[in-house]
Amino acid sequence: MRENEHHEHKANQHDHHDPAEDLSLPERPLDLAEVRANLQSKSGKQYWRTLEELSEDPNFTEMLHREFPRQAPSEWDESVDRRDFLKLMAASLAFAGLSGCGRTPEQHIVPYVKQPDGLVLGKPQYYATAMPFGADAIGLLVESHEGRPTKIEGNPDHPSSLGATNVFAQASILNLYDPDRAQTATQYGEIRTWSQFLDAAQSLAAAFKATQGEGFRILTGTITSPTLAAQIQSLLTVYPLAKWHQWEPAVSDGAREGAKLAFGNYVNTVYRPENAEVILSLDSDFLGSGPGHIRYAREFSHRRKLDQFAEDRRIGDEMNRLYVVEPTPSVTGASADHRLPLRASEIQLFARALASKLGLGGSPALPPNAEKFLNAVAKNLQRFPRNSLVIAGEHQPAEVHALVHAINAALGNVGTTLYYTGPVEAHPVNHIESLRQLCADIEANKVDTLLILGVNPVYTAPHDFDFASKIGFNEKTKSKKVRTTIHVSSHFDETSELCDWHVAESHYLETWGDARCFDGTVSVVQPLIAPLYHTHSHREVLAAFSDQPGVTDYDALRDRLKAANPSADFEKFWRKTLHDGVVAGSPFAPINVSPKFDPASLPAVKVGSPNEIEFIFRPDPCVYDGRFANNGWLQELPKPVTKLTWDNAALVSPKTAEQLDLAHNVAWRGGEHGKIYSNVVDISLSNSKVTAAAWILPGQADGVVVLPLGYGRKRAGYTGTNKGFNAYVVRTSDALWAATASSNAVKRTGEDYPLACTQYHFNMEGRQILATGTLEEYRKNPNFANKHAEAPPPELSLYKGEKEYPYEKMQNRWAMAIDLNSCNGCNACVIACQSENNIAVVGKDQVMRGREMHWIRIDRYYKAESPTNDPSTYNESLDNPETFFQPVPCQQCENAPCEQVCPVGATVHSAEGLNDMTYNRCVGTRYCSNNCPYKVRRFNFLRFQDWETPQFKLLRNPEVTVRSRGVMEKCTYCVQRISNARIEAEKLNQPIADGAIVTACEQACPTQAIVFGNANDKNSRVAKLREQQRNYSILAELNARPRTTYLAAVRNPNPELEKT
Amino acid sequence: MAQIFHRSTNFIARFSVFSAFFLAGLGVIVVLAVARSPYMTRQNVVREQPVQFSHKHHVGDDGIDCRYCHAGVETSAVAGVPPTKTCMNCHSILFNNAEYLEPIRESYRTDKSIEWNKVHRLADFVYFNHSIHVNKGVGCSSCHGQINQMPLVFQANTLLMQWCLDCHRNPEQALRPKDQVFNMDWTPPADQAQIGKKLAAERNIRTTAELTSCSTCHR
Repeated sequence: MRENEHHEHKANQHDHHDPAEDLSLPERPLDLAEVRANLQSKSGKQYWRTLEELSEDPNFTEMLHREFPRQAPSEWDESVDRRDFLKLMAASLAFAGLSGCGRTPEQHIVPYVKQPDGLVLGKPQYYATAMPFGADAIGLLVESHEGRPTKIEGNPDHPSSLGATNVFAQASILNLYDPDRAQTATQYGEIRTWSQFLDAAQSLAAAFKATQGEGFRILTGTITSPTLAAQIQSLLTVYPLAKWHQWEPAVSDGAREGAKLAFGNYVNTVYRPENAEVILSLDSDFLGSGPGHIRYAREFSHRRKLDQFAEDRRIGDEMNRLYVVEPTPSVTGASADHRLPLRASEIQLFARALASKLGLGGSPALPPNAEKFLNAVAKNLQRFPRNSLVIAGEHQPAEVHALVHAINAALGNVGTTLYYTGPVEAHPVNHIESLRQLCADIEANKVDTLLILGVNPVYTAPHDFDFASKIGFNEKTKSKKVRTTIHVSSHFDETSELCDWHVAESHYLETWGDARCFDGTVSVVQPLIAPLYHTHSHREVLAAFSDQPGVTDYDALRDRLKAANPSADFEKFWRKTLHDGVVAGSPFAPINVSPKFDPASLPAVKVGSPNEIEFIFRPDPCVYDGRFANNGWLQELPKPVTKLTWDNAALVSPKTAEQLDLAHNVAWRGGEHGKIYSNVVDISLSNSKVTAAAWILPGQADGVVVLPLGYGRKRAGYTGTNKGFNAYVVRTSDALWAATASSNAVKRTGEDYPLACTQYHFNMEGRQILATGTLEEYRKNPNFANKHAEAPPPELSLYKGEKEYPYEKMQNRWAMAIDLNSCNGCNACVIACQSENNIAVVGKDQVMRGREMHWIRIDRYYKAESPTNDPSTYNESLDNPETFFQPVPCQQCENAPCEQVCPVGATVHSAEGLNDMTYNRCVGTRYCSNNCPYKVRRFNFLRFQDWETPQFKLLRNPEVTVRSRGVMEKCTYCVQRISNARIEAEKLNQPIADGAIVTACEQACPTQAIVFGNANDKNSRVAKLREQQRNYSILAELNARPRTTYLAAVRNPNPELEKT
Repeated sequence: MAQIFHRSTNFIARFSVFSAFFLAGLGVIVVLAVARSPYMTRQNVVREQPVQFSHKHHVGDDGIDCRYCHAGVETSAVAGVPPTKTCMNCHSILFNNAEYLEPIRESYRTDKSIEWNKVHRLADFVYFNHSIHVNKGVGCSSCHGQINQMPLVFQANTLLMQWCLDCHRNPEQALRPKDQVFNMDWTPPADQAQIGKKLAAERNIRTTAELTSCSTCHR
C-alpha cells in the first residue's frame, strides 16, 4: 500500500512526459533486507560503494551500464524541444563562419609605475601567513602573482601545518574573491563611509566613558590572537562595566569544562600520536577536524608507512593500532583498525566502563554489544603503558573529557603521547553560558550597545534563545531591546539584516594580525593584498571605540611583538618572524597537572531507551558551521564519507532506516546517469520542526540521526542561500550536541528529494580496483595486492607503447604512488587541485548528471568479508563496514587507451610518456572519456567557467589554461609545475632533483599519501615506493600500464577481535 | 518523348559540378591564406604607442642593453615591460621638459600606468618562456627581428605554431654563442649547421620529440 502511494506521488512529481512514451523500468524503493541477503550470500573480500549496487535494482544497473538510460532525455534544458533545438542548430551553423572572422582584439600591457623590490614579472612570490580557525591557526605559504594571491599552501616551518593544509585553508582563497562579500559599511542598509562609522563609534565611546561602559557588550567567536585579545582587554579596562561574550557554534564546551572538572582550571591538551602504539578515539575526529588535526594526521600516518623512510626513520612491518568508538562515521573512524558504532550518549558509558576496567573506580555498566570490544581495548592499552593514547571527542560532554584525562594519567601517557599547556584561547569561557548570559541581560534591558564581531548568532544561536527577537525590531511594541547593534562580518548575513550598523570585514589575506595555534605557537597573519573593498579588521573596529582609533593593524602588531619579545635588534627579529611565519620560541611549555577527580563521583548517565531516537548535531565537513556556505568549491566537494554535495541530509543507519521506513529510489528522469531520490522527513524536536532529506549511511550507530549544521542559510550569498536544511532550527541550549526524542519525532512527508551523491558516478562495477589486507596477511605475503591480476608482458600490447617510447631509458619517467594506508579521505587534495588547475564549479544539477569536474576524485569503498549472522559480532558488514578511501587522478597510462580513439590528436603522449591534453585541439567527441577504463576524464558540457565576474579573474592560476565549453580535461600531473621545474633545472644544466616537482595534491596532503617523482631515478621516493611489494596498479590486466600506482591498504586488527 | 534539356546543357552541368569543387577548394585556400596573411598575424604591422618609443634610438644609437629594461628575460617566463620608473631613471635628467615625454612624467606623477599596445601576442593557451630560450642561447633577434632598426616595434615573424615548430624541430639553426644572445646584428656564420650541433650537445638541448611534445608549450 505504501509503495503504491509512493509510486503515484513520484509519477506526479517527476513525470512531465506522456506516459505512453515511458519505457522505463518500474521504480522501486531500496529494499534493505534484500541488500543484507545479497551481502551475506557473498564470500571472500567484496568491495562496494553504494547500497543500490548491492540491491541489484534493475534501474540502477541500467543507470550504470548506459550513459543514457532508456529514453532518458539527455538535453540540458527540458524546455527546449527537438524542433527548437534543430532551429537553433541551423542558425548556429549559418553564423558559425562569421564568428571565426575578424582579427583578435588589441591587447594592452599595463606595467607598474614603480615595480616593488624583489618582484620579477612572471615569477610568483610566496609569503608566510596563517589562517585563524577556531582555537587553532594553520600556517600557510601563499602564492602571489604580481600582487594577487592565487594559491594556498602549507608552511613547512609551522607546527600546525608542516607544509600541508586542509580543505578550509585551501578553499579560503575563494572566500577572498567571493563577489558576494560585503563591500562597505552600512547603517540601516544605507552605504556609510568608514569615517562616518568612526564618528558614530567615537560618540558611543564618549557616552560609555561617562557610564564606565555600562551596557556595552562585545560578542566574538573563539579568539586566539594575542593582539586582538589585548585590544579587547584594553577596552574592558577603559570601560570596566562592559562585558565580553563568546559564542562559537561548532565547538563544544566539553573539552574546556572537562579540563576544569579534571584539573580545576582550563588546560589545553596537545597530542603526540607519533609516540602512541595504541590509540583509542572516543568520538574524536582528531585526524579530520579540530585544533592540530593536520599535524596529528601526519604523525599518525608516520606509524602506518610500511617499509618506508619517514623523517629518516625506517618503519618496517610494524604499525600502530587505532580503535574508534563513535556514533557516526568520520574520517578518523574510516581509518580505524576497529570501529564500534555507539550512540553519542553511550560513549560516556564506554568511557566510564574503561576507567573502571583500568582500576579508576566508577560504574562498569556497558552498552550490551560493547563488552568484547572494551575488554580487547583495555587489554591492548594496558600492554603499552606510556605509549597508548585515549582521545575524547570535541562534541562529548565534560565528563568524558575528564574521564579521559584520568585514564591517560593512569596509563602514564602524559609526557609521551600527550602533554598539557595553558589555554590557547585568549580568554576561555563556557560559550553557551556566555551567550545565555548575554541573552538574559538583553531581556533585562541591561544591554545598550552590542558589537558582534565575525559570528552570526541570528543563524547559529540555539533556537530557544530566539536571538533574532533579542536584537531585531519588535513590530508589536515598536521598539528594540538593544539600542545600537553593530555587526562586523564578511557577508551581509542573517545577523547583519537585523543590526543597525554593518561593517564589512577584511579577509585574513587582507589584514595584519596574529593567532595562536593548537600548541600555543604565535603565527603572524600577513596580508597578501590590500583590502579589495572598504573592509576593516576586527581590531580596527574595536580600536574605533578606544582613544586611539587611528592605530593601524600593522603598528598594533609590531608594538605587541616588540613588547613581548624585547630584543636588541627588533627589525631583524621582525623580518625573521615574517619570513618564518611563526614567532620563535612562542610555543607553550608543557605544564604539570594531575587530575584531581574521582570517576566514581560522577552522577549516573542518562541514556535514552533503545526505542528512542538520538539526534546529534555535527559541523558539516564542507561548510563547517555555515561560514563557508557561499564557497562553491566546498559546496561541490563530496563530503568525505557520505559523498553528498550541495546539500546536507539527515543521516540514518540502515537498521534505523528500516525502523523509520525510509528509502532511496533510483529514477532515470532528469537526464543521463539518472538520479537518486531520498525520502523527505519532518523532524520535530524540542518544540521546533525542520524538514530534511534522509540518507542511509552504513556504519552509523542505530537509533542515531545526524543533523549536520551549516546549511539552510537564508542569507549567505548566491551560492549558499537555501541549500539543504537548517539544523540550528531544532537545536536548543540544553541539548547542543545530542537530543533524544521518541521515534515519532521523525515522520515521512511522502515527498522525495534528489540528493547529489557522487559515489554513484564512474562506478567500476566489481572489478578489482582496491586492494586491502591485514598486517598479518602482509607479513605472510607482502605481494598480496598483486595476486589477483598480473600485468601482461608489454610486448603483448598492440599499442606502440614502449616500441616507440623507450620508457625505461628515458631521463624522466614521471610517476605517482598513492599510499592507501595513509589516505584518510580528507579531501584536501581535491580542493588543492581545483585551486591550482582552475577547475570549474558546475552546480548541483550538473553534479547529479555526473558532470562534476574534479580532476582527482576520492572513492569511498566499504568492505564486506564473509559476514556471519551472529548479532554479537561487532563488525557486521552493512551496519559497520570497514571503510577505505582511494584517490583517483588520471593514471597517465603508458599504453593510454584514450589516445588511440581521439580523432584529432588532442590527447597524445609526450616524449616523457605523459598523457598530454591539448585543449585547443579538442573538438569534444568524448571518445577518450568513453575509452578510459579509469573514468578520470571530465568534459565541459557547458561553459562552466565564469568569465565575466572580475573577482574570479584575479583568482585564476595564470599558469593553467581556463577551459571553455566543449573541451575535455583531466589531471595533467600538474604539468605546469613540471615545466617550470624543468626550465629551472635546465638553466643550471642539471637533472631535475627529486622533490623539485611537487604536485598540488601531493603538497596539500597532510599524511604524505601522494608521492610524485621520477620513476627512472632509482633514488627517488616514488621509485622506492614502486619497488615495494604492496605496490599495484589498478586494472593491471588491461595492460594500460598506468604511471599512477597504489600501495595496498593494510589494517592492523587485534586478533582478539577477529570475527569468529 | 522529347528531351527536356538540350545536349548543350550537359556542359553547363559538368561546368557547375567542376566549379563547385573548384570554388570550395578556392574557398579553403583563401581562408588558409588569410589566416596566414599579415592581416591576421599582424606580421610587419607597425603599432602606434602612447609614447612613440624608439627602440632604434635607445638600442641602435644609444646602445642600451635589452636587459636594462626587460629585466626578467633571463629568469622569468616574460621579459617584462619596464615600469615608468625605468624611463624616469634617465628622463628625469635627459629631455626632462620634452612635450613628447609628458605621458611618462604624468604616469610617474599620478601613479597611473601607461597602457602600451601589445605587439607580440601569443594565444592564451601557449606558455612561452623567455628565460629558457635565452639561457640556451637563442638570441632576441631570432624571434623579434632587428629591434635596433625599428623606430616603432613591429612583429618580425608570424608567431604561428608552424613557425615555432620550425625551430623546435631544428633548434641548431638558432643557437648562438652565449655572448651573442643580445646582439641584434648577429648573423649565422656559414658553418652554423656544425656549430649549432656542437652547441646543442653542450647545452643539453632536448630531443626534437621532447621539444615538440604538446605539453612543452600547451597546458
